[in-house]
Amino acid sequence: MSVALPVPEIHAGLDPMRPDWAVIQAIKPEAYGIQTFTMRFSDPKLAASFRFQPGQFNMLYLPAFGEVAISLSSDPGEPQVMGHTIRSAGNVTRAFNRLKVGDVAGVRGPYGSWWPVEKVESKNLVIVAGGIGLAPLRPVILAVMRERKAYGRVVLLYGARTPADLLYTDEFEKWQQGDIEVHTTVDLGDEHWRGQVGVVPQLFYRIRVDSKQTLVMTCGPEIMMRFVIYEALARRIPKEAIYISMERNMKCAVGFCGHCQYGPTFICKQGPVLNFASIEPFFGKEDF
Amino acid sequence: MTASLPRVSASVVVPKAALQKILENLCAAGFALIGPTVRDGAITLDEIAGVEDLPLGWTDEQQPGQYRLKPTRQPEYFGFGLGPHSWKKFLLPSRMKLLSVVRQNGNWTFQPVSEPAPRYAFVGVRSCDLQAIGIQDRVLIGGEFHDPHYAARREQIFVLAVNCGKANSTCFCTSMKTGPRVTAGFDLALTEMPEVFVVEVGSEAGSQALGDTPWEAATAFDLGRAAQVVQRVERSIQRQFRTDDLPKLLYNNLEHSQWEEVATRCLSCANCTQVCPTCFCVTVEESSNLTATAAERTRVWDSCFVLDFSHVHGGNIRPTLRSRYRQWLTHKLASWLDQFGTSGCVGCGRCITWCPVGIDLTEEVQAIREKAPK
Ligand SMILES: Cc1cc2nc3c(=O)[nH]c(=O)nc-3n(C[C@H](O)[C@H](O)[C@H](O)COP(=O)(O)OP(=O)(O)OC[C@H]3O[C@@H](n4cnc5c(N)ncnc54)[C@H](O)[C@@H]3O)c2cc1C
Ligand code: SF4
Repeated sequence: MSVALPVPEIHAGLDPMRPDWAVIQAIKPEAYGIQTFTMRFSDPKLAASFRFQPGQFNMLYLPAFGEVAISLSSDPGEPQVMGHTIRSAGNVTRAFNRLKVGDVAGVRGPYGSWWPVEKVESKNLVIVAGGIGLAPLRPVILAVMRERKAYGRVVLLYGARTPADLLYTDEFEKWQQGDIEVHTTVDLGDEHWRGQVGVVPQLFYRIRVDSKQTLVMTCGPEIMMRFVIYEALARRIPKEAIYISMERNMKCAVGFCGHCQYGPTFICKQGPVLNFASIEPFFGKEDF
Repeated sequence: MTASLPRVSASVVVPKAALQKILENLCAAGFALIGPTVRDGAITLDEIAGVEDLPLGWTDEQQPGQYRLKPTRQPEYFGFGLGPHSWKKFLLPSRMKLLSVVRQNGNWTFQPVSEPAPRYAFVGVRSCDLQAIGIQDRVLIGGEFHDPHYAARREQIFVLAVNCGKANSTCFCTSMKTGPRVTAGFDLALTEMPEVFVVEVGSEAGSQALGDTPWEAATAFDLGRAAQVVQRVERSIQRQFRTDDLPKLLYNNLEHSQWEEVATRCLSCANCTQVCPTCFCVTVEESSNLTATAAERTRVWDSCFVLDFSHVHGGNIRPTLRSRYRQWLTHKLASWLDQFGTSGCVGCGRCITWCPVGIDLTEEVQAIREKAPK
């Protein structure tokens, strides 16, 4: 299997690992330990030319702390302002959540594949999210709302550990007014919670799906997505109509570091949004 | 003495002593010479000054988990097998500063970090290792994004290749179709004979490097003798590795009991990934001064055998040795094909030699094959 040895073609000066600086314009607390940062590139030309698709992510860099992959959670129709909803998970994300308006961070992106919103066309869409997993799906909701008539029935099934962990609750009313059905659940209620208690996949029992006319997009803990897929398949939704967003350790987002491999897939290149049919042989394999 | 230079794709003969002149020419052309040299009981790749640093009079003996240097009476410059180093040490350095930022008046700014990339002349590149460079090309400069640091080094190398005159027990290039004869991608390719080198000229730069050497056009007799050297080596390679059922065999056996079995022997030391000429995984380290007004990002070789490699908040994806060995082997021999259109293995055998417990990937694959549920 000998490989050809062509003289490499050099893109001089272009360093895909080098971020550009962006200024934090607003910070909105969303839930316990989670805030949404609205950012804009300092370079006006860059800010004006930045575009992204729902489901794509940026690499955010804080000097002295490090770099993390964070989804764009804002409206792709207004790409000059980049929204990032960040949960304090460790060193870098905690440092992010200590920043103030006016602070600066490095940003490079957008990277990765996106939710096939265009494939929904007039079909129905079921969005299933758990916890912070709603962040990469919010751009789908916002994109759908822009052209609501182009789509069929659109349902959001969303759950978190407790009511205080639910994201974007202040927007749910607007989404519902925009003809998006919102069903929520929590693992553990509190004294004010009147909604459903239980795991996210159970929300499927609240809706009827037309198996031939429905796309499913899901993001959340892998174990949740496993049961979401199970419920979707049980309703005869074809594998090819199920899309999931995967997460793996990521150091570069451009395919050099090797960390995000998932079988043949680089989550940073062919992912994070993947068609379930394409990864079925690997999905759910222990410690894969 | 011939004043003119041989043309590209010509084969010539030079006396052994001319090697020094070739190296001098390369130095004069601005190349830093990198070649095999004896260090710490092994033949490593390092900067060399000239032929005096080459391992003349040394050869090696390799077995799974074993490497020994041996003196030899054969006056050969290249009469040994591969050592622990591969050329990735120079094209993809194990530690390299990527970015440097400083904070001034509340603003972060990048400082230039890249010194001009060194111009390397690689002396004594074997066929399998040359193929490995071709594979790393696909990974680092063959896709949508290009690693500029790799590219800048890679673009400038001079390849003085050598057709192997000896194979070790761990070599299996014939199975991987990567050797032992150098076929492309070189500037000069030598075949070492008792008193002369037969030299194939692969490029204009290669031809220049023969300047002021007493080269003569190779005769059919010379070429025949040179071909025999490689044929002899080819026939001496015992290790066979069946690849026709890959990658399917591994994909279909992700839950095979052999993974459990190899995990009882594997130490997770990551030696295999460090000596592998194609393994490219890296991590990025962040460091800063105490006042956090200056920071640096440094790229360092990483390994899928390291527990932290698969860290995500709240745990590691591959906590077991079984899953990490499986990741390494299925990447190398299966998913690499899907990702880059080539196997990630060139059959150099380094991972077999340098595994402290002598794990042999060809045997592991065979065990999976033999015990595969039909
Ligand atoms: C495609 C993608 C999109 C993501 N989108 C979001 C988002 O919108 N909001 C959000 O809060 N989080 C998101 N994450 C997870 C986020 O990247 C991790 O929480 C973050 O890297 C943790 O870094 P840390 O330094 O705070 O934690 P530590 O536990 O200290 O992690 C150390 C390092 O390990 C790596 N790492 C750890 N966890 C992850 C992880 N889950 N994924 C990738 N690398 C990891 C990072 O390089 C990190 O710097 C996303 C991850 C991926 C892969
Ligand atoms: S060199 Fe051997 S012991 Fe070390 S990680 Fe590789 S297979 Fe395991």
